[in-house]
Amino acid sequence: MNWVNVAVQGILLGGLYALFAIGLALVFGVMRLVNLAHGDLGILAAFIALGFVRSGVGLPVAALLSILIMVGVGYVLQRGLLNFTLGTDDTRPIVVTFGLAIIIQNALLLKFSADEQGLNAGGLETSSIHVSKQVALGVYPLLVFILAVVLIAGVQLLLNRTKMGRAFRATSDDREAAELMGMNNRHIYALAMALSLGTVAIGGIALAVRTTFDPTAGSFNLIYAFEAVIMGGMGSLWGTLLGGVILGLAQTLGAQAFGSGWGILCGNVVFLIVLAFRPSGFFARTVTA
Amino acid sequence: MSAGGGLTADGGPATRVRGALPAFHVSRATRLHLVVLVVSVLVVVALALVPEFTTVSVTRTMITLFGLVALAQMWNLLGGFAGLISVGQQAYIGIGAYGLWFFGDELHIHPFVSVFLAAGLAALIALPIAPLLFRLRGGYFAIGTWVFAVIIMIIVSNVQTTGGGSGKTVISAALLPINERIFGTYWIGLTVAVGSILLTWALLRSKRGLALTAIRDNTLAAQSSGVNVFTSKLIVYVVAAFGCGAMGAVVAMNLLRIQPAASFSINWTAFAIFIVVIGGFGSIEGPILGAIIYFALQQTLSQYGSTYFLLLGVLAVVMATKVPRGLWGLVTARWDIHLFPVRRGLVLESQPDAPAASEAPVPVEHATP
Repeated sequence: MNWVNVAVQGILLGGLYALFAIGLALVFGVMRLVNLAHGDLGILAAFIALGFVRSGVGLPVAALLSILIMVGVGYVLQRGLLNFTLGTDDTRPIVVTFGLAIIIQNALLLKFSADEQGLNAGGLETSSIHVSKQVALGVYPLLVFILAVVLIAGVQLLLNRTKMGRAFRATSDDREAAELMGMNNRHIYALAMALSLGTVAIGGIALAVRTTFDPTAGSFNLIYAFEAVIMGGMGSLWGTLLGGVILGLAQTLGAQAFGSGWGILCGNVVFLIVLAFRPSGFFARTVTA
Repeated sequence: MSAGGGLTADGGPATRVRGALPAFHVSRATRLHLVVLVVSVLVVVALALVPEFTTVSVTRTMITLFGLVALAQMWNLLGGFAGLISVGQQAYIGIGAYGLWFFGDELHIHPFVSVFLAAGLAALIALPIAPLLFRLRGGYFAIGTWVFAVIIMIIVSNVQTTGGGSGKTVISAALLPINERIFGTYWIGLTVAVGSILLTWALLRSKRGLALTAIRDNTLAAQSSGVNVFTSKLIVYVVAAFGCGAMGAVVAMNLLRIQPAASFSINWTAFAIFIVVIGGFGSIEGPILGAIIYFALQQTLSQYGSTYFLLLGVLAVVMATKVPRGLWGLVTARWDIHLFPVRRGLVLESQPDAPAASEAPVPVEHATP
């Protein structure tokens, strides 16, 4: 019965990976930008929340403030820097976002040292519900999973039903035509990045409550988010959840079967297998640039 | 060396065009290149003699510089010429380092030979990985290369025979007499650095080089003109793996110690990107210039740890956005100097001795979008 428990853990872990993946997929969908600093920006949000908590603010308020700050950072970052890297060649956005990742990591190391940090949610993170005698559900992972579902539904609704979502889809389909119709692409891109960093901030804080974190934790989360996006299929937000769940399952089941050191490897290997046999993922909707 | 050979018309009479146009032929090399060739040979000979006249610590530091030149050259070959931006070349650097240990310590092959076997191993592993990664484009290709590096690192860290997370000492190299080891490593390092330059130059000079630049500038157009995009990219990817493997083995022989966290560190990629962005994308000269600048920075500032890396990150971002062609790009924009004859220029038949650079060169390498 232990295996059922492990599988449940893996599925719920997928929710956390999806939180990181939503923003990565969104920004790629709207402006074909792959943000290599995405994971580090999530960790930055966690550290901003930690900073507020240390100065005496309660965790919910600290989290909210951090998310709002990251939304602002997203808008400014896109308009002040990343917009200038788009539409030239493929190299520049990759180099610039990689540079950003290095900057964020090392700035955090300078400010907070390499120590492991944690965000305390007052016992919420350790409590669990017993579904049956053998199967226990962690309350916190379940909440994170529900949060991921709600967030994906929300972003999907925003894309399908709002004026802003229509603008996102229009620039994604044909940026020049959108511009001719009087849209300001630079503003649209900045809004997309703001939304992306808002979601990754939620992911970063959710991760920080779940486990300890340090300034270098961002790169692994970028890789997980990327694997979730590719396995789910590019252009599909629900696909990222599926991709996250596959990855979470592969990691926890792999760790259970082969020992804790091999769990992450199993996740990566499953990703390579999907890439080999189903390169467009399971729910691909858009064609790559 | 065929740089001198390039001084004559490329292809001979076959490429001559007559008719309404004035007669001309296509040439790659100019008189400048003869000078460059002579100077380069002198520099390499001088570099080869350095360990005779300096201390062991200077010699070992110079080996680091050679490693950086090779690394940057290989990264630029991928990113600057084939449009394959990799953030995972540390996979092959690590494979090279562990390959040195495997061939040297386990199979008891002389470490100096093992360096090249390790590089071959890296190329061999790259061969099946490339088609898988090529399914990803642009930024996603970049992260894909990273995933591969992480996979190899996890495997190496978890296997007991490779020493797990704490790594190994390369005993076969450590047991060599000190002078033999330092001198040998130095000369092999120099060979790898010079080899990476010559290899890139030879590849670019070939028909494949034209195909590569065509792919980088417009993949679709290149493909529809009959360029085999897949094969061209595969060749570059495997060659870059070979170069990085050799470089990793040289670094391992210099340090005598291999460790997953260091050998497969993402910092290698950070260095490579930084060097190429500073020096200049898409040229052979840029990465050499960048490596020297970076080396000077590293020698003076690396003691500042995170602050130093922070500065590197800021410089990379600023250079990539403000000076996208790098420092060497500034030089060529101003003086139109190309030290390595990979561009093709038109020479009018009426004045066959005129240097090609003074004519309007066909901007094969620098087609701007």
